[in-house]
Amino acid sequence: MRLIKTILPAAASVFLAASPALAEGLPADPLGSPMWEYHAEKLFTGGPVIFDNRVKVILPVIAEDQHVVPVTVDARKLDGVKRIVVFADLNPIPVAIDYRPMGAAPFVATRIKLDQRTPVRAAVQLADGSWHVAGDWIDAAGGGCSAPPLSRVRGDWADHLGEMRGAAWSDGNSTRLRFGFRHPMDTGLVENIPAYNIETVRVTDAGGREIATMDVYGSVAEDPAFTLVVDRDGPMEVSARDTSGLEFTGELAPASGKRLSSGQ
Amino acid sequence: MRFSRRAMFAGLGLAGLGLASLAPALVYAEQFAGTYNPQATQVADGIWMVRGADEPIAFANGGAIANTVIIATDDGAVVVDPGPSLSYGKAIRALAEGVTGKAVIRVYITHLHPDHSFGAGAFDAGLVHALSATRHDLERDGEGFSDALFRVLADWMKGTTVVLPQGDVTAGETVIGGRTLRLFALGGHSSGDLAILDEATGTLIGGDLVFHDRAPATPHANIAGWLSALDRLAAVEHKQVIPGHGPLDTGNVAIPQTRDWLTWLDGMLHDAVLSGMNMTEAGAAEIPARFANIKVARYELQRSVSHFYPGLEAELLPMVGN
Repeated sequence: MRLIKTILPAAASVFLAASPALAEGLPADPLGSPMWEYHAEKLFTGGPVIFDNRVKVILPVIAEDQHVVPVTVDARKLDGVKRIVVFADLNPIPVAIDYRPMGAAPFVATRIKLDQRTPVRAAVQLADGSWHVAGDWIDAAGGGCSAPPLSRVRGDWADHLGEMRGAAWSDGNSTRLRFGFRHPMDTGLVENIPAYNIETVRVTDAGGREIATMDVYGSVAEDPAFTLVVDRDGPMEVSARDTSGLEFTGELAPASGKRLSSGQ
Repeated sequence: MRFSRRAMFAGLGLAGLGLASLAPALVYAEQFAGTYNPQATQVADGIWMVRGADEPIAFANGGAIANTVIIATDDGAVVVDPGPSLSYGKAIRALAEGVTGKAVIRVYITHLHPDHSFGAGAFDAGLVHALSATRHDLERDGEGFSDALFRVLADWMKGTTVVLPQGDVTAGETVIGGRTLRLFALGGHSSGDLAILDEATGTLIGGDLVFHDRAPATPHANIAGWLSALDRLAAVEHKQVIPGHGPLDTGNVAIPQTRDWLTWLDGMLHDAVLSGMNMTEAGAAEIPARFANIKVARYELQRSVSHFYPGLEAELLPMVGN
């Protein structure tokens, strides 16, 4: 085994991922999910996996609308966070977002679709490669991923495609960004509607430096909305690209949130 | 107590849940529905209230969370809101016949929600009446409600089908068996909310326009419309209110309390959007101390965040870019 690993590291890691040997190295899932090992072996490359209650995954008491379930991940108790992956074990599209907060706090909120009762988790990777995982079960009625989005039912999705709303709330040290796009976020699981979703979101500062990037998947709710906390002041440019290659961009001015909250 | 095999299995099921920490596997044991046993409490001459549990719809309560009202008339009984399922509706029919000594001759459905409307199948469809908006709403949403209730309530729902009420109720006075009822065609909790005043006793049946010590539910609500409907009801002379959920109100507190909650909720959600909170944070907002005795407050608050937040963001957050 060691020989194979040396000669063919890439192929070996794929092979190992499917072998019981690595599964045995995984900690037992406190949620008892039937898909834990399957997802863990695919997602958690590069370091050990630890269930860690310093990662907060905040879910509502009820998934009132299985098309729009708010999820907040707060890993600000951990240092050196490189990535935050949010996934739902039993969703047909398990991963919702893969967030890299280079110049931002390890905090992210969005809304996802759920297709049934499932664990919803965040996996936070640190600079040392280790994965810190937390989450909980949430009950949900079926159809979150397999019923058409509202804008498809209404038929007006194209009229507003890519419209971006948002604002920035700065406290002098860090800036909270809230933004969202009009987008159907089609999963490809609804008859005669191919997959069509925003697939990347990028935040850059006035100097063009990349502050945060995110891969976004079809299990994020229609009209996707995000809350991020970046570590600096100043105008932030947010740009998103969808699977048809369309780009949507907007600038969040530093005082825009303050104007809103003061009613000006 | 009458022992049936099913009741005994249900008892075993509960014991299993009680032992969950010792034997987790038992949690997954199949649960069986019990038997509804609704109780009628007389609240005025010829009027009985059947209390629902002040809880979310859940298997443990069989979905029996809404209040039902039974009114005696010379010609027969009137039932308002026959509950969540066929078997609950049957139990209500038997109860109404028992307390009034007469057959049920009319059923009113105050609004579309299934915890109020799905017991209709226990009655001759010709006896079941509602506002036209309610019939329209049930035509649109009835099957979806049915799926949702069967998922949560399973066997409690046995035989329950969507029975559309006749959408022929209009505002004004109607006399049934010598009893004068004043009907109000309102909206705000949903697109059609029926309230009923029994003139002889001054009993106002609020439907889900009025909640009492139980947080208002908002899945089809228009808060501005709801507040004006509450204005209308407050202006109607009455002695007591039977709310859609929660205990009888004899102290004129339920209408102001519902108004207070809705006004607070609306303002809080607006402020939350404008101050940059996300849905999770709005759902965790502090609930004012004056609502401390209101049941399921956090649960309904988080449901309301789901109902209103995306729409408020689209209204309040500025368009940027492109």
